Amino acid sequence: MTAQVMIRVADVSKNFALHAQGGTVIPVLQGAALTVRAGECVALTGSSGSGKSTLLRLLQGNYAPAGGVIEVAGLDLATATPRQVSALRRGTLGYVSQFLRVVPRVPALDVVADPLLTLGMEEGEARDRAGALLAQLNLPERLWGLSPTTFSGGEQQRVNIARGFVHPYPVLLLDEPTASLDPVNRAVVLQLIRDAKARGAALVGIFHDAPARAEIADREVDVTVFSPQAVPA
Amino acid sequence: MNVVNTALVLEDTPLLSVSGLTRSYGARIGCKDVVFDLYPGEVMGIVGESGSGKSTLLSCLAGHLETDAGQVVYQGQDVLTLPEPARRRLMRTDWAFVHQHARDGLRMNVSAGGNVGERLMAGGARHYGNIRKTAEDWLERVEIDPGRIDDRPSAFSGGMQQRLQIARGLVTGPKLVLMDEPTGGLDVSVQARLLDLLRGLVRRMGLSVVIVTHDIGVVRLLADRLMVMRHGQVVEQGLTDRVLDDPQHAYTQLLVNSVLPT
Repeated sequence: MTAQVMIRVADVSKNFALHAQGGTVIPVLQGAALTVRAGECVALTGSSGSGKSTLLRLLQGNYAPAGGVIEVAGLDLATATPRQVSALRRGTLGYVSQFLRVVPRVPALDVVADPLLTLGMEEGEARDRAGALLAQLNLPERLWGLSPTTFSGGEQQRVNIARGFVHPYPVLLLDEPTASLDPVNRAVVLQLIRDAKARGAALVGIFHDAPARAEIADREVDVTVFSPQAVPA
Repeated sequence: MNVVNTALVLEDTPLLSVSGLTRSYGARIGCKDVVFDLYPGEVMGIVGESGSGKSTLLSCLAGHLETDAGQVVYQGQDVLTLPEPARRRLMRTDWAFVHQHARDGLRMNVSAGGNVGERLMAGGARHYGNIRKTAEDWLERVEIDPGRIDDRPSAFSGGMQQRLQIARGLVTGPKLVLMDEPTGGLDVSVQARLLDLLRGLVRRMGLSVVIVTHDIGVVRLLADRLMVMRHGQVVEQGLTDRVLDDPQHAYTQLLVNSVLPT
């Protein structure tokens, strides 16, 4: 039996129109296509500026496509209402970002527990789960009660990773999840990714860390092929 | 090839359904043809510069201003056509309004407990002991020492006054909260505390919120959806992070790109 398709991208294009610069239109993607099944991990590759992050943000619903279909767990993000996208992100579509965006005084433990609380989990249990994951990622317990805005890059990244793995999202997007980690924590993250695949999650990620990519990605998709043809000046 | 279909269980009926909402000041447009639905548990931000019409819109929703045209349907009833007493009852129970300046939403010569209790009594509560206990409980929920229940708000800091105003509004368990720049004029550290508090209350009480602000950072952290207004009209709306990170309209691009880096 073939695993279910969790992500289906077909003929997606994306442009940025810069109104402050006389309406200059910058085409970034054209004819983008991607299929990811449950239990699969796909790595997006291509040089810097080729559109990897743009495609990942389109998959998260953060960018609006100019055309095409972006189905995530059956919902077309090109046409979905904001409410549908919010609901998808709550329980189905997880995202490990490179950037930490949180209310400044919220403790790390609550930042990680937040997705579970949003899903209605009881506070004690949500914090227990968050703590277990932070412990697994070797974030010292004395930091759990502090706001991660004061943390180092590697510590912040582990908080972001914990947030993305605290709920078993069926679809998970990873933006450089091992970028600023030491070897021990890098190994922990790779194991979390392997576990997620084993439970049937569909993963798409950007990994500049080539050995990590080789270890966990089932396939690589070079986004350079989706670059729009250069328009003659 | 079988694409899995997630059952996105969403309420079908909006809590609030606004259409064609228009208000002019003589020849000048306040807000024009505003249309939106707000669903249970949703937080919608409205941003725009001064004079964009965002506060006019909020005041029309709250009944602080008369509207020229349009409908504001709440649970099947156009509140703009409600007789004044019914409208006031709604604002004291099911709806709450949080003013930018706490003193506009509080009675400054009444104790903190009285401020909270007064709204409960307006909603029909009569038992003094219960009212006082509920007021104490609410002071704690907004992180004010219940020991200060008999102090007047004039003895409180700006941040505490704002939290007291929120307690006063939420004590009746409203479904809809309208907020006008609730973090405006507060110190940055006080703002963060208030935002954290609001996020928690919204989640626990399942509140629907319309929040007007010029602070992009506030809507990014609090609002699910965002509406951008200019010259009285909505120029762009959608998922908050999408509007902010991939703005389509020239004015939204200008607004987002004008935020100072932190």
